[in-house]
Amino acid sequence: MVSKAARHKMPEQNPQGRIKNFNEVPLGYSPEVAIAEASRCLQCKNPLCVQGCPVNVSIPQFIKEITEGNFLKAIEIIKNTNSLPAVCGRVCPQENQCESKCLLGIKGEPVAIGKLEGFVADYEREVLHLPLISYNKKTDKKVAVIGSGPAGLTVAGELAKLGYSVTVFEALHLAGGVLVYGIPEFRLPKKIVSYEIECLKQLGVEFVLNTVIGLSESLSDIKARYDAVFIGTGAGLPSFMNIPGEDLQGVYSANEYLTRVNLMKGYLFPEYDTPVIKGKRVAVFGGGNVAMDSARTAIRLGSKEVHLVYRRSLDEMPARKEEIHHAQEEGIIFDILTNPLRFIGDNSGRLCGVECIKMELGEPDQSGRARPIPKRGSEFIMDIDVAIIAIGNGSNPILQKSAPDLQCNKWGNIIADKQSMKTSVEGVFAGGDIVTGAATVIEAMGAGRKAARSMAEYLETGKW
Amino acid sequence: MYRIISNEIIKPSIGRMVVEAPYVAHHRKAGQFVMIMVDEKGERLPLTIADSSKQNGTITLIYQIVGTTTAKLSSMKSGEHLFAVAGPLGHPTEIKNYGSVVCVGGGIGIAPLYPIAMAMKEAGNRVINILGARSSDLLILEDELSSIGDETLICTDDGSKGEKALVTVPLERILKGEKINLVVAVGPVAMMKAVSLITKNYNVKTFVSLNSIMIDGTGMCGGCRVIVGGEVKFTCVDGPEFDGHLVDFDSLGKRLKTYTREEQESFEQYKHNCKLQGAFNGK
Repeated sequence: MVSKAARHKMPEQNPQGRIKNFNEVPLGYSPEVAIAEASRCLQCKNPLCVQGCPVNVSIPQFIKEITEGNFLKAIEIIKNTNSLPAVCGRVCPQENQCESKCLLGIKGEPVAIGKLEGFVADYEREVLHLPLISYNKKTDKKVAVIGSGPAGLTVAGELAKLGYSVTVFEALHLAGGVLVYGIPEFRLPKKIVSYEIECLKQLGVEFVLNTVIGLSESLSDIKARYDAVFIGTGAGLPSFMNIPGEDLQGVYSANEYLTRVNLMKGYLFPEYDTPVIKGKRVAVFGGGNVAMDSARTAIRLGSKEVHLVYRRSLDEMPARKEEIHHAQEEGIIFDILTNPLRFIGDNSGRLCGVECIKMELGEPDQSGRARPIPKRGSEFIMDIDVAIIAIGNGSNPILQKSAPDLQCNKWGNIIADKQSMKTSVEGVFAGGDIVTGAATVIEAMGAGRKAARSMAEYLETGKW
Repeated sequence: MYRIISNEIIKPSIGRMVVEAPYVAHHRKAGQFVMIMVDEKGERLPLTIADSSKQNGTITLIYQIVGTTTAKLSSMKSGEHLFAVAGPLGHPTEIKNYGSVVCVGGGIGIAPLYPIAMAMKEAGNRVINILGARSSDLLILEDELSSIGDETLICTDDGSKGEKALVTVPLERILKGEKINLVVAVGPVAMMKAVSLITKNYNVKTFVSLNSIMIDGTGMCGGCRVIVGGEVKFTCVDGPEFDGHLVDFDSLGKRLKTYTREEQESFEQYKHNCKLQGAFNGK
């Protein structure tokens, strides 16, 4: 029998109210609504949704538990394969993954798998205040994880559950990587990240902060002390557009802007010491999730006008539909088919404008997306006092420089086997953005899960 | 971790802190820096390492009290802890036997210059130090640098010690008089710019150590970007030392002023809060 009920809408803060605060936008399902939504699931015998999930969560099984009100049982099932469910429930692009495969989606709307995952994860955190499962040490083998972002946290969680001693090294003063410095509070509250990290500590994972492997210690120092090493240092180096005026005051990389606001809590300046320029007219350049996060952050900092400047059209925008929708609701002005040419500054070196040109779409390029072509004579100047460049990140060179035998491609990404995540150095595995270039949280977690399995095998057999 | 061993005011508005940071103490080389946070709500501040002791696992930081973070730093007492110390960061100075090296330090820049001058001397160079300060009571590390330099010249703006001149005056005199193989300059942007202009005339290779605004210090934010030879470079991972003849000092100088207003606002509030707590002593 096909479920006819419509997908249950997630209640949200209204746009006029939420642009004045940094609180989370979705308000979460109530238990009643969660049960009703879970009841829409067809419980397919051959569930395609699971194939769509990079970490293969047992989706029908956890949803079944929700229908019966067994929320803690549901979260236990999710945690078997997903170390960070509260995070994934919020930031995964489910519409391209599990939910895109849901049979209900053929004629109507798919089950809200992501929202249900978030619901049970939140339920556990709010009701239990403590993680569900603790594991005993079964082996004295030691593992080092370099980088505490989604990939590293997944490896740490998986291997700790198998009984290994895991130490995570983090360059910053807080663990979480992009989850704490990149993704804003209103999309992923930081208390959720710190809870997930507490859960890992409960499993015996040790965190060593303020330690930059490659400088504080070399990769070979680490290798000498641990039986296996995982590198998950992420896509760390922001790209600029190489146009005139990028050195003006008020021109930020999205990484800097978001780090000032999220990690350093610049939105609470001067209670917190790190400032951020609160522009009156802000332009964000780029069309991905990071561009949306930057634009939505700017509007919350009180900017009168926030533009999102993207050189292709809405259809090509790589950001999640939900994020584009949220940004539009919040009054972000989308200047599509527009490309910047140069930034303009005043005498003191402060940004006061940007010259842009209109674009039109031509034949598809190598990426398969229509190639944007400048329209002659369409140049115009936009007055802005803050510019945020969100066009992606390259790989951070620090660790690789200290490890010359670690093979990298021409962009500086570490070369790792797609299945085993093994690098060119025995005992060293790598995964996440440092291998693939900038991608999503869940893809990094998928790589972390594969690496953990392969590391466990290596640790048991000693075979490389 | 990061227990403060000692923290004292060595000159008006200049403090020296010795703090435990074993990782850094063991691996740091001349020219590298650390990122520190005084407390959880604090800024991440880059400070060059003036000295270290492997045996004690400590590093020495010398700082000028100019705003909230450095004022907070000066109020910390021995036995207390810094919230974070990360490092060592940046490329070490390229130390080798160049021949004759002139080390030019201005103001607080003399602190990072000290380990570089020491390493240059140990590598067998003839080392001439030129130290500049506004006045004699703001001159730091004079004894330390004198003891390692083959020659040490002092300049003050007010003539209260040494020559009443900018550091560029004795520098030019030396360049005219003898063959110099390398100049290292650390100090205010205007000083490093002036030094680089002169050494360019004499075609003498020049290293400058830049003090850009940073957040993470590991290449992640790009806030410390500078233009070197027409290309964008990150001070934290490509520097902090660059060829002085290629650095766009005007761009750097403007970028350093990005937060002047916010820094004043924050410092005013800090002083106000300190007064409320009765702890502020008019620094």
